[in-house]
Amino acid sequence: MNILIVIEDNNGAIHKMSLEAIVAAQEISSKLNAKTTALVMGRNAEALALEASKYELNDILKINSSSLNSYSSDGYAIAIEKVISENNFSYVLFGHTYQVRDYVPKISAKLMRPFLADNIKMSISNRSIEFTKQTFNAKLLADIQTSDSGLYLVSFQSASFSLDAIKPGSSEIQKIDIEIDNTQIKNIYEEPFQESVGGVDLTSADIIVSVGRGIGDADKISIVKELAEAMGGELSSSRPVVDAGWLSPDHQVGSSGQSVSPKLYFALGISGAIQHVVGMKGSKNIVAINKDPEAPIFEIANYGIVGDIFEIVPKLIESLK
Amino acid sequence: MKIAVLVKQVPGSESPLSIANNNVWLVEEKVSYVMNESDNYALEEALLLKESTQDSEIVVVSLGPERVKKIIREGLAKGADRGIHINTVNNEDSDPLSIAKIFADALKAENFDLILSGLQSDDLGHGQTGIIIGELLNMSTGSLAVSTKLDGNQIAIKQELEAGFFQNVRMPLPASVTIQSGLNTPRYPSLKGIMGAKKKEIKTLDIDSADQDLKISKLYLPSASNEITMIDGSTDQIVESLVKVFKSEIKI
Repeated sequence: MNILIVIEDNNGAIHKMSLEAIVAAQEISSKLNAKTTALVMGRNAEALALEASKYELNDILKINSSSLNSYSSDGYAIAIEKVISENNFSYVLFGHTYQVRDYVPKISAKLMRPFLADNIKMSISNRSIEFTKQTFNAKLLADIQTSDSGLYLVSFQSASFSLDAIKPGSSEIQKIDIEIDNTQIKNIYEEPFQESVGGVDLTSADIIVSVGRGIGDADKISIVKELAEAMGGELSSSRPVVDAGWLSPDHQVGSSGQSVSPKLYFALGISGAIQHVVGMKGSKNIVAINKDPEAPIFEIANYGIVGDIFEIVPKLIESLK
Repeated sequence: MKIAVLVKQVPGSESPLSIANNNVWLVEEKVSYVMNESDNYALEEALLLKESTQDSEIVVVSLGPERVKKIIREGLAKGADRGIHINTVNNEDSDPLSIAKIFADALKAENFDLILSGLQSDDLGHGQTGIIIGELLNMSTGSLAVSTKLDGNQIAIKQELEAGFFQNVRMPLPASVTIQSGLNTPRYPSLKGIMGAKKKEIKTLDIDSADQDLKISKLYLPSASNEITMIDGSTDQIVESLVKVFKSEIKI
């Protein structure tokens, strides 16, 4: 069995979620005696290849192509599809990054092979692998079985594998040339930019009081703000609160906002949708209040209260004062 | 400008989710269905594009059993021009590639200039169907759009990246673009719209269950991976316990 790991560039270093995909590949390799290959490309391919060569992998493929210097969904999909077609891989692994969501479905269409996206774990048995993903806003889990005869594109959610488990090693770098017809690259990309620079920096906060959709409306934000002040913490929110315009985007915690790891994350009316959880599950302590006892936030919280924010919070502020 | 909006009917965020005896799907009778959240934003984006472009037509397309006609009608009531219902018997759709192939076959002859869909469904959340359809129909593709603007034979989108970054991307039409929630304020249908929708066409295409490469082998409740301490009692007792936890356990 052969496994390919597609490495994503994060400003010259391997993206953390690609490293986690290497951990997954090493686990499959040790259980099924599979051969592992890492694939790098783009303007930082050399640096990525060198970094990858420090880990236990069978080999590293480095694509030479000036068409791939900057990212395009068409260019990446064409190049990776070629590498997959010319080799015999059973599983092609990715971190479930925003970039992966943008181009991997195109590879799925080109190869007519399924893309199992956003998995949180795998179980390996009898030469086949079962993947598990969160469904219905993380309220249920689904297992999907694959067979060793097929080719599958598979991505993993952030932190599905611990980087502590990554095995060091050394591997050879092979260069491959891929010709890409630039007329097939349809999209024109400008440089990435950040919108709200100098806003709220939640990443260094010790205490974060975070509010979700459960708050109900804009007027009620003030009471949570008051609580954050009384606790000496920062105020943050989940995406729906920002989408509704109740707080500015720099307050958002989650996959499209900031990733935080405070000493205390106090989640008020936050259901615990996965897009939010990936940004805060590293918190040392999570305390959650939600009126729904089934809310997924209780699966990751250390302390939970099933109750009404508007009854508890005013009395809590009073008591803290 | 001919625009398709792909909408999916999914369990609402408050809907009960009870797992069927086969352990691979839900007891559908107990589910209260709504239009998928990001699809609702995609629909609104299409309506706004139509208002800014002359001679535009919006077609609302949904795949699933008879019940999904409800959200097609919702789209028509808000201002879409006609609907296509891809009628499937089997709705345990675990394989986005198979689903996308059905959509692509059904939509090919329509020659849409633009296909909009939500970035991911709130049920299985594969987050790829719109892009696969675009690729199968040889269209440009864009994902996670937080704004869209038509400009001649191109569409310019602002694409969301990780960690608060964005990127402007321009692509030639025809294009299939997936829409992020929150980029507009979806309207409610007017009474006039609801009445008018009854006269609008919904074409039904009957499709046999697709061969699926992937199937859910088990659907189940997650077991809590952490040791959670539940705090209960009267409001006063809860507050007292919370302060104690903050001070003595978490030590803040």
